[in-house]
Amino acid sequence: MSTTTLETAGGVKVVKPTVASHIRDYIGRIRGGDLGALPAVLGLVILVLIFGSARSDTFFSAGNFANLFNQAAGVTMIAMGLIFVLLLGEIDLSAGFAAGVCGAVMAILLTEKGYSEPVALAAALGSGVVIGLLLGFLVSKVGIPSFVVTLAAFLAFQGVLLNILGEGKNISIPDGFIKSLNKDSLSVTWSWVLAIAAVVIFALVQFMRYRGRAKRNLVNEPIGIILLRVGGLAALILISTAILTQERAINPVIASLKGVPIAAPVIGGFLVLWTFVLSRTSYGRHVYAVGGNAEASRRAGIPVDRIRISVFVIGSFMAAVGGVMLVSRAGSVDPNTGGSSTLLYAVGAAVIGGTSLFGGKGKIIHAVIGGAVIAVIDNGMFLMDFSSGTRYMFTGVILLIAAGVDALARRRAAATGNR
Amino acid sequence: MAATPLLELRGIDKSFGPVQVLHDVGLSVYPGEVTALVGDNGAGKSTLVKCISGIYTIDAGTVTFDGKQVAIHSPRDASELGIEVVYQDLALCDNLDIVQNMFLGREKKSGIVLDEPTMEQMAGETLASLSVRTVKSLRQLVASLSGGQRQTVAIAKAVLWNSRVVVLDEPTAALGVAQTAQVLELVRRLADNGLGVVLISHNMNDVFAVSDRIAALYLGRMAAQVKASDVTHAQVVELITGGRSGNLGLPPEKPTDFVDITPGVQK
Repeated sequence: MSTTTLETAGGVKVVKPTVASHIRDYIGRIRGGDLGALPAVLGLVILVLIFGSARSDTFFSAGNFANLFNQAAGVTMIAMGLIFVLLLGEIDLSAGFAAGVCGAVMAILLTEKGYSEPVALAAALGSGVVIGLLLGFLVSKVGIPSFVVTLAAFLAFQGVLLNILGEGKNISIPDGFIKSLNKDSLSVTWSWVLAIAAVVIFALVQFMRYRGRAKRNLVNEPIGIILLRVGGLAALILISTAILTQERAINPVIASLKGVPIAAPVIGGFLVLWTFVLSRTSYGRHVYAVGGNAEASRRAGIPVDRIRISVFVIGSFMAAVGGVMLVSRAGSVDPNTGGSSTLLYAVGAAVIGGTSLFGGKGKIIHAVIGGAVIAVIDNGMFLMDFSSGTRYMFTGVILLIAAGVDALARRRAAATGNR
Repeated sequence: MAATPLLELRGIDKSFGPVQVLHDVGLSVYPGEVTALVGDNGAGKSTLVKCISGIYTIDAGTVTFDGKQVAIHSPRDASELGIEVVYQDLALCDNLDIVQNMFLGREKKSGIVLDEPTMEQMAGETLASLSVRTVKSLRQLVASLSGGQRQTVAIAKAVLWNSRVVVLDEPTAALGVAQTAQVLELVRRLADNGLGVVLISHNMNDVFAVSDRIAALYLGRMAAQVKASDVTHAQVVELITGGRSGNLGLPPEKPTDFVDITPGVQK
């Protein structure tokens, strides 16, 4: 093979990367069982093509595209939190009803107690943190397996939700910021401002990193790969924005409806925040380390117990955020908010996206991609008039396929010595 | 070679409940030398290492580091002095890359953000100083490395911190012939760079290949600490299995050391 080597920091010889070698490495990684989000992205494209060709008029409409964001928001938020928990090889089965409880706390404070929106929102998120602390303490300090702790919490929170809602009441939340979060859209101007800002900031971060590494004579990604990445993201964001800023009201004379759904920047914001935390801070590094080898982490001086508690706190906090999004979309909270398939959809989203159930492997973007897959299935099959029974069965099969891909990839990785 | 030891243990006692594991153990580690610590299973090698690294606290005895008496109560104390231990089971995270593993738990930061370029540079320089010049990328996952390369990363992780004493717990136990040679070469190079190296090994060939001094533990006592050039293979084996060899080692057990446990006989 004609690879040129170059010297990096201190004179260690490494292979000089080119666009071709990068692509070769990527293919090598995939063959070696490190699939990442690839199966999910491919699956998403295939599903979109299937539903699109079957119901091109409704599925490919701007209105339906906007709808997908609102549909996916709640589950995606919960899935983001679950990824932290899954990275440690733990599980949180109570995240769905934790979302419901936090949403109910918010709704009750807003209506019956008459508190302002910021207070109610803070109380909901605070409840999430408290729930996470409790779960994390029981798992980490008491030593009960997370499956049992969160299964018990799943039952208990279901009861809590019933009780605080007064045996099955349905509480509607008043119009306002919280209700608009997962219902309304940004103005067309703001849509474009945010979209362009996101692209510019992403490009700046990428090029600054490139320059910083080049200055220190470290091995850099080829500039072609960086341009490809920036260009790809720019195309994705700008085309989406162009579609979403089209008029999508049935009768625009009565009420105009255009602009990016507020849910999109909310998802994007949390995606950036948690991706930053996981990949750019020592805390994130320690989460991966504990998930990869807890004993090695302990010897390296990482406070393993505290990390374990913290992932449950983040998990339940994001469940609370998810709860707010669910309540906002429904406009109300009832004893089934966060119940039925919410939790399994969230776990499914994380796993379909490419996060391993065995710990140590996963990214926040997996929640977004997996959440999109779940939302597209739900949405597309609904448009094709399948019964909800069939939809559940199909989603189950997809989840099974995703988990199967993960298991097979791991076996493949073990065989190639590349876990 | 330097005449004064870098790390000196004297009269170390350690008990776990009623079981005394170390009796009056002494050990001297010299800079620029490899000191092999040998002994049969249960002789107390691991306990002694854990006392040095601060995982166990000693019951009695003194530890002198660089001429000053020190107290090591925690792994943090040990690493502050410059004592690093490379454990047998490696303590690397498979899902992290080489740089991430080398800085695990001690990441360099600028503000709250990880300072990846600095870490990568330091990792590269450390590997280069150990004459490791063949990795595909410093960003390679540790899972994809061979056993010898993994051991190299573990050792490089230990020397990254300007450590002065490196304790290696059976670094070649799980390696093939070529990789063993590679790691032994690295061990030798550590000493040549002026570090005090303690090598724990069961393999006499490895011990004689790299060490300057040999310290043999026998049932929790230090049987002998001798220069490697002064003893033969067979003598070391005798020290390990019997605690003495000729005029080397522990004095022969005297009958008075034994308690008569015959029923009905009062001592």
